[in-house]
Amino acid sequence: MRVVVVLRLVPDLTEELEIDESGTDIDREWIGIKLNEFDDHALEEAVLLKEGSGATVTALALDGEGVDRMLQSAIARGADAAVKVEHGMEHIPDQRTAAAILAGAIKELGADLILTGVQTPEDVFGQLAPFLAAHLDMPTVNAVGGVSADGDNAVDVRQEYSGGMSAILGVTLPAVLGIQTASQPPRYVSGSKLRQAMSAEIATLSGADAGAATGAEITGLQEPERGDGATMFDGDAETVAGKIVDVLNERGLLGG
Amino acid sequence: MTKVLVYIEAQGGQVTGTSLELIAAAQSLGGTVEALVLDADPAGLTGQVKGADTILTMADAALSPYLPEAHAKALAHVVAERSPDVVLVAYSSTGLDLGPVVAVKANRPLVSYCTKLAIEDGAVVAQSQAYGGKLTAASKAPLPAVVAITPGSYREEDVADRAGATESIAAPAGLGDLRTRFKSAQTPDPDAIDITQCDKLLCVGRGIGDADSIDIAREVAAKIGAEIAGSRPVIDAGWLPKERQVGKSGNKVKPRLYLAVGVSGAPEHLEGMGSAELIIAVNSDAKAPIFDHAHFGTTVDLFDLLPALSERLGGG
Repeated sequence: MRVVVVLRLVPDLTEELEIDESGTDIDREWIGIKLNEFDDHALEEAVLLKEGSGATVTALALDGEGVDRMLQSAIARGADAAVKVEHGMEHIPDQRTAAAILAGAIKELGADLILTGVQTPEDVFGQLAPFLAAHLDMPTVNAVGGVSADGDNAVDVRQEYSGGMSAILGVTLPAVLGIQTASQPPRYVSGSKLRQAMSAEIATLSGADAGAATGAEITGLQEPERGDGATMFDGDAETVAGKIVDVLNERGLLGG
Repeated sequence: MTKVLVYIEAQGGQVTGTSLELIAAAQSLGGTVEALVLDADPAGLTGQVKGADTILTMADAALSPYLPEAHAKALAHVVAERSPDVVLVAYSSTGLDLGPVVAVKANRPLVSYCTKLAIEDGAVVAQSQAYGGKLTAASKAPLPAVVAITPGSYREEDVADRAGATESIAAPAGLGDLRTRFKSAQTPDPDAIDITQCDKLLCVGRGIGDADSIDIAREVAAKIGAEIAGSRPVIDAGWLPKERQVGKSGNKVKPRLYLAVGVSGAPEHLEGMGSAELIIAVNSDAKAPIFDHAHFGTTVDLFDLLPALSERLGGG
């Protein structure tokens, strides 16, 4: 089974986000970037499939700043090969464009199973996995919480719904899955393994044409309208703890 | 006149509340509302749909239990047949399967995470949550379009009754030839704790840092008589069991007290706890979205606050 896992770098949301001069994008110059956390789970699931059923794993990404290092880390995590896709765009505007570019590379690589994270923090115009599925004319399942091989040509997929409900779906390959949670938490990789992977070769492919734009555009980014907001407790930890306990007492939430 | 097609989602034979919120969103656009029910036997669901001018039904054995591939083919077929100006799906597992696929197949733009929607000059004008709820994105997309609405953005109570004549649509040929099969449904373990029934919850988020640090949160929870819960990153990391998850992919809770510790308040989390009676949030990031929804909050470091709270609460 040939598994391709698509990895993306996204803004680190623990950092302060600034809106750029255009008012329609975040300022990307200084913002920290990190592997999209759902892609991290997708990579883990891909490596688990390799370990469990002898799949081969190719980590795939659109070229850009920091991408070599991300792909090398994927090799350290257990991917067999890493490929980046050239696209000639300064910034990929949305996942639909990404899907159009990546679809060509995926066809060229040949893949039985394509995994990627179910979403990123930047998916205002839609999510990658179902866009890829539409471009490649493959079935897709999203919000996936675990994948296991069912022979060479099919997988069992757990799809999660609200309220803790889920279903096991059998999918004949090829297919595209949007991974929410890996069957096991993403593994830790030692520094020495990471250093070793820094010399791993990264192949390059040319992306397909991005196709015609859909006409959807961001007209403005802003901080959310604040509701009434919380009454904030200031002071040191002891003071704040006292205030919280006071509120709990006033509301009759303490004691039997 | 604007024509809006609403994809109706069902779970366990029940039309979801989120689907009725979509009807409220559709009605707010003016024009006509068509609700689409896809099921092996749609009759059981059509009676639960309200507020549509027309209820479109498609009956086929492949349509239930839910299979993403079958519903995507069926919805794409109906969109091609009816040419609605706007197709509404929920931002849910199902909406994730269907929205982008139908948008590509019908060559329409898609706007996701939408919390507010209008039509102006032949385009949908939308507001969406972006960057984990830290920013709001205003966008414009030319009609015809597909829009995925965030649950909780519109109110089921605002749906006005409409006649709702039923019209059936024949299933497309492709439904007999699927590569996806339903194998089994999994429901939560009946013996596991049901946090939706708990009066008080202390929910730890990513900010708790690691599994061991949850001990101090447990200590505080025990002293206030609360059960411990976790946000998605905490569950995904394996620090707490799945049945204790709050949020979109976990449980929707409405306790009397919700103490959120190290939880940023991503939209998916707020969907699961936004209607708790009293929300107290602890997060060192003053801009964390959780503070917009909490009644009380503090930016004191949780690793200082939790021991102080435990001390203050005494022997418990």
